[in-house]
Amino acid sequence: MTAAGAVTDREPSVFDILDESDLIRVRKVLRTEAEAVGLNLVDATKLITAGSELARNILNYAAGHRGRVTVEQVQRQSRRGVRATFADDGPGIEDIDAALTDGFSTRGSMGLGLPGARRLVDDMTLTSAAGSGTTVVIVKWQR
Amino acid sequence: MTEDVVPVMKIGDTLLVALHGDLDDTTVIQIEEQLTREVARTGASGMLIDVSRLSVVDSFIARVLARIVAMVRLLGAQAAVVGIQPAVAITLVELGVPMGHLDTALNAEQGLALLERLRRADTGTDRP
Repeated sequence: MTAAGAVTDREPSVFDILDESDLIRVRKVLRTEAEAVGLNLVDATKLITAGSELARNILNYAAGHRGRVTVEQVQRQSRRGVRATFADDGPGIEDIDAALTDGFSTRGSMGLGLPGARRLVDDMTLTSAAGSGTTVVIVKWQR
Repeated sequence: MTEDVVPVMKIGDTLLVALHGDLDDTTVIQIEEQLTREVARTGASGMLIDVSRLSVVDSFIARVLARIVAMVRLLGAQAAVVGIQPAVAITLVELGVPMGHLDTALNAEQGLALLERLRRADTGTDRP
């Protein structure tokens, strides 16, 4: 799905996003994995915040549809990182370029979620089409 | 909802509230309602919101914090957010959350001094 390096043999954490209590869970799992791979505090905070934004997007834009988060450790050469995948079966994004633009929102929000999350991580890929759900993959590497 | 979700200290004319833990959205909204209510009830002239023990402030929490400060001002008091952690500050700036209009201070002590300055500016006693 993304050129993020090999997944380590550790079991990924997979769970559904059903309501806002799952946002807390996303942050908690991301914090645990960030600490496990040795991200510094700033990078860990960025990763957790990006994850919180993306999980909230699932609640806001794919409400009533299936939303799922997968968090795993990845490795590229000697560098370790955390990869998180946010996948939903929601309505999808019609205009991906617009959705990645600061201030663009179809819901009267500040429109910072996607472009903001992208700035906070090392790599973000977004796959979506109208009617076929959305998958966002983010990666944060240890320095 | 009238349930109190955070302890609020009153020191002189100032309310001090410290947020900590990982806050879910419902709790954040309850805190907003409680703090607005407390300012109206006590007639406090200032409020400090200490976020030094919040490890994550995402765009939602940041937006509500800004809203609380705006509401407190509408009630005729001054409010400031204190203790934003460096990692959180860096993250908020990169995320793009507009916080520039918020009055902030490094810690509660400097926050009290800031409120004092804001109050004086408000009543005009600071002017030459």
